[in-house]
Amino acid sequence: MTPRKKRRLIVLVLVMLGLGTATALVLTAFQDNLVFFYSPSDLKEHPPGSRGIRVGGLVAAGSVQRQSDGVTVGFTVTDLKTSVEVRYTGLLPDLFREGQGVVAEGQLRPDGVFEAREVLAKHDEKYMPPTVADALRRAGHPGEHATATLIR
Amino acid sequence: MGSKGSPLAAGGKKGDLTPVIPELGHYALVLALLVALVQATLPLAGAARGDAAWMAVAGPAALAQFGLIGLAFAALLQAAVVSDFSVLNVVENSHSTKPLLYKIAGVWGNHEGSMVLWVTILAGFGAAVAAFGRSLPPPLKARVLAVQAMTGFGFLLFILATSDPFQRLDPAPADGNDLNPLLQDPGLALHPPFLYLGYVGFSMAFSFAIAALIEGRVDPAWARWVRPWTLAAWTCLTLGIALGSWWAYYTLGWGGWWFWDPVENASLMPWLAGTALLHSAIVVEKRDALKSWTVLLAILTFSLSLIGTFLVRSGVLSSVHAFAVDPARGVFILGLLTVAIGGSLLLYALRAPALKAGGLFAPVSREGALVLNNLLLSTATATVLIGTLYPLFLDVLGAGKVSVGPPFFDRTFVPLMVPLVTAMVIGPLLTWKRADLAGVLGRLALVAGLATVAVLAALWSHGGGPVMALVGVALAAWAFFGAWVEWAGRIALFRVPLATSVQRALGLPCAVWGMTLAHAGLGIAIAGMTGSAFWVSERIQLVHPGETVEIAGYRLAFRGVEPVTGPNYDAERATFAVTRDGRGIGLLTPEQRHYTVTGMALSHAAIHTTGTADLYLALGDDDGAGGWTVRLYHHPLVPWLWLGCAVMVAGGLVSLGDRRLRVGAPAVRRRPAAAAVAVPVAVVPGSGGR
Repeated sequence: MTPRKKRRLIVLVLVMLGLGTATALVLTAFQDNLVFFYSPSDLKEHPPGSRGIRVGGLVAAGSVQRQSDGVTVGFTVTDLKTSVEVRYTGLLPDLFREGQGVVAEGQLRPDGVFEAREVLAKHDEKYMPPTVADALRRAGHPGEHATATLIR
Repeated sequence: MGSKGSPLAAGGKKGDLTPVIPELGHYALVLALLVALVQATLPLAGAARGDAAWMAVAGPAALAQFGLIGLAFAALLQAAVVSDFSVLNVVENSHSTKPLLYKIAGVWGNHEGSMVLWVTILAGFGAAVAAFGRSLPPPLKARVLAVQAMTGFGFLLFILATSDPFQRLDPAPADGNDLNPLLQDPGLALHPPFLYLGYVGFSMAFSFAIAALIEGRVDPAWARWVRPWTLAAWTCLTLGIALGSWWAYYTLGWGGWWFWDPVENASLMPWLAGTALLHSAIVVEKRDALKSWTVLLAILTFSLSLIGTFLVRSGVLSSVHAFAVDPARGVFILGLLTVAIGGSLLLYALRAPALKAGGLFAPVSREGALVLNNLLLSTATATVLIGTLYPLFLDVLGAGKVSVGPPFFDRTFVPLMVPLVTAMVIGPLLTWKRADLAGVLGRLALVAGLATVAVLAALWSHGGGPVMALVGVALAAWAFFGAWVEWAGRIALFRVPLATSVQRALGLPCAVWGMTLAHAGLGIAIAGMTGSAFWVSERIQLVHPGETVEIAGYRLAFRGVEPVTGPNYDAERATFAVTRDGRGIGLLTPEQRHYTVTGMALSHAAIHTTGTADLYLALGDDDGAGGWTVRLYHHPLVPWLWLGCAVMVAGGLVSLGDRRLRVGAPAVRRRPAAAAVAVPVAVVPGSGGR
C-alpha cells in the first residue's frame, strides 16, 4: 500500500466511523424524542397513550380558569369540532388569549385532561401557527381563522 | 422627523426629489439587477477567452452594483425614518411614535427590508474584493466577482419579483401598524445585520471555491485569499448568534438562551460548517492538502446559509422569524436554492477530480487533528440538519406533523461536541506531518489536573449533579486552560526569564493570539452553558404586595405594582427589594407591557447579575385579587456564556488584524519562525509589514 492509499484508507475508516456514530445517535434519538402534533379531533380518534405530544387549536372563549394556587391554569383547546381540557402550571406566554391559536406540549392523562409542560402561543397578532391553521382546516373550519390570518 | 402626510398627494417643491425617493430606490434595484447580469457574464467569458478588457469589467461593475443597492437601502431607510406612510412596508412595520432606533431597525425587522439588507451585504462583499483585491490574479478576480454577481442576480430578482419593499399605498393612512414589540429591543436591532454579515460573508468563500473549480486550481495562495473573508464572516456570525441568544434570554421571559428552534438551527449550521472551513483552510494554506474537501466545505457552508435563508424566509416554519407566509416566495427561494446548490455541487463533481492531491501526513499530526475537527463538525452539522428538516419531510410526505425538540439535540449534537472539545486542546500542540502524541499529552498533564480541580470544586459547591454537568465543567476547564498552555509554550513561560517571555508574547502573530482567545472563549462559554443548563433553579409563585419570595439564598420582598407609560406602550411595573443574608442588593423592576398600537402584551424581565450568576425575575398576570404570578430563576454561570462569546468574537477580530493579512505583496509572504499556526494572509493591500 502506498502512503497515499494508506492515508486515504485511514480517513475513510474515520469518516465511516463518524457517520456510523452519528446515524446511531440520530436513530436512537428519533425513537424517543419525536413529538407528534395532534388536533383535538385527532386525540379523540387516535389516542396517543402516554407518549409526549403537542396539541394545537384555539383557546375556547371563556374557558380559561385560574386555580387557587394562582399558578395552575385550566383552559379548553378546540378545533371547533372537538375540544380537550388542558391544565398547565406556570406562566402563560404573553400572547396567550382566549379565541386565539395555541400549541401545548405535554401528555394526555388517562382521565382525558391534557397535562401541558409547555404552552406556546403565536408571536404576533397577524400570525397563526401553521399546524393550528391546518388542524382547523381539517376539522372543516377553513374560514376566517385559518386563511385570513395566514395570508395577508 | 415626526409623521408626514402622503408625499404623493402633497407633492413637493419644484426640483425636490423627496416625494419620489421610494421610486428612485426601486429604480436603483432594477439597475442593480442589470449590472449584476453584466457582472455575472462578461468577466466570466473574458476569463475564459483571456480577454483582459472583459475581465476588467468585473471590478467597476461590483462597485456600481453595491452603490445602486446601497442607494435602494438608503431610500428604504429614509422612508422609515421620516415615517413615509405612503409606503406599504413602512405602514406595516412602523409607527410615528416608535423610537428612532427601532424605526431604523424596523427596516430589517420585516421580510422585504431584510432581503434588501441581504443583497446590500452581498454586494458589499463583492465591492470589497473589487476595491481591495488588487493583488488577486485578474482571471481569478473576474471569476470570483462573476460568481458573486450570480448570487446577487438571483436574490435581486427574488426581491423585485416577489418582495417589492417600495410598494405604495394610496391613500396613505395617517399612521402605521407598528413593529412587533418583541423586535423592539437593542439586542435584536443589531442581531440581523451581524447574522447576515456572517451568512452572506460565506458567499465570498463560495465564490472563491467556484472560481477555483472553474480554473481547476487550488493552492496555498488561494487558501490565504479565502481565509480572511471566512474569518470575518465567522466573527460576525458568532456575534449575531450570541446577540440573538442573549435577546431570547432576556426578552422571552423563559430564562432560556437556546431552544433548538429550527430558525436558531438555521444559523448554527453555517456556523458549524464555517468553523470547519476556517480550520481546513489552514491545512490547504500550510500543507497544500485537503484541497478538494476544503472547496466542498466552502460550497456546503454557503449552501447552508442559503438553506437557512429558505427556512426563515419561506414561512415553512412556525417562528417569530417567519414574517412572510406567501407560497410564491417559498417556491422562488426553493428554486434559487436548487440552482445554486445543485449547480455548484455538479460543478464540483465534474471538476474536483482535476485538483492535484497535496502533501502527505501521518494520522497523528496537526493535519490529522484538523481532519478530526472537520469530521466531527460536519457530522454535528449533519445531525442538526436532519433534526431541523425531518419534520418538514414528514409533513411533505403527509406522514403527520411532528416536532423535534431539545432532547433530540441533547442526544445527538452534545455527544459529538465532547470529543471535539477534547481534541481541540490536543490539536494545536501537535506538529505538522507527524507528531509525538505521548509528549504532547505529557504537556497537558497540568491541564488535566486543573480540569479535575474544577470538577471537584463543582461537586463541592453544588453537592453533585448529573454526570453531563461534570463532563461540561471538565471540558470547559480543559478547553480554557489548554488554550493558555499552548500559548505559554509558545512564549516559553517560566522556562526563560519573564521579560523574554513578555517580549515573545508581544511578538506573537495576531493570528496566534486570535486562536488562543477563540479557544479559551469557547471554554468560558461551555462553563456558562453547563452552569445554566444543569444548576438552574426556578420558582413560579403567586405573590401579594408585602410578601417575600426566596430563591438560591436571595429574598425578594414584593412592594407592589404601579402603572408606567413608555413611548409606545403602557406598563405595569412591579418593584421587588432584593436582599441576601440581610444585605440589601437593590431593586428589581420587571414589567408587563401593553403595546398600544399592536395591542400586544409583552413581559419585560428584570435581571440582577453578579458576574457569576443571574437572578432573573419575570412578571406574569394578576389574579384579579391583588396577587401577581412571578417567575424566578437563579442561573449560575450564565453571564459567562455571553462573556465566552465576546472573547471568541475578540479572537476573530484580533486574528483579522494579523499583519500578514494586510499584505498582498508576494514579497512579504515569508513565515516568521515563531509561527507554526496558520494565519490568514492576503487580499487587503497596503502596509507591507510594519
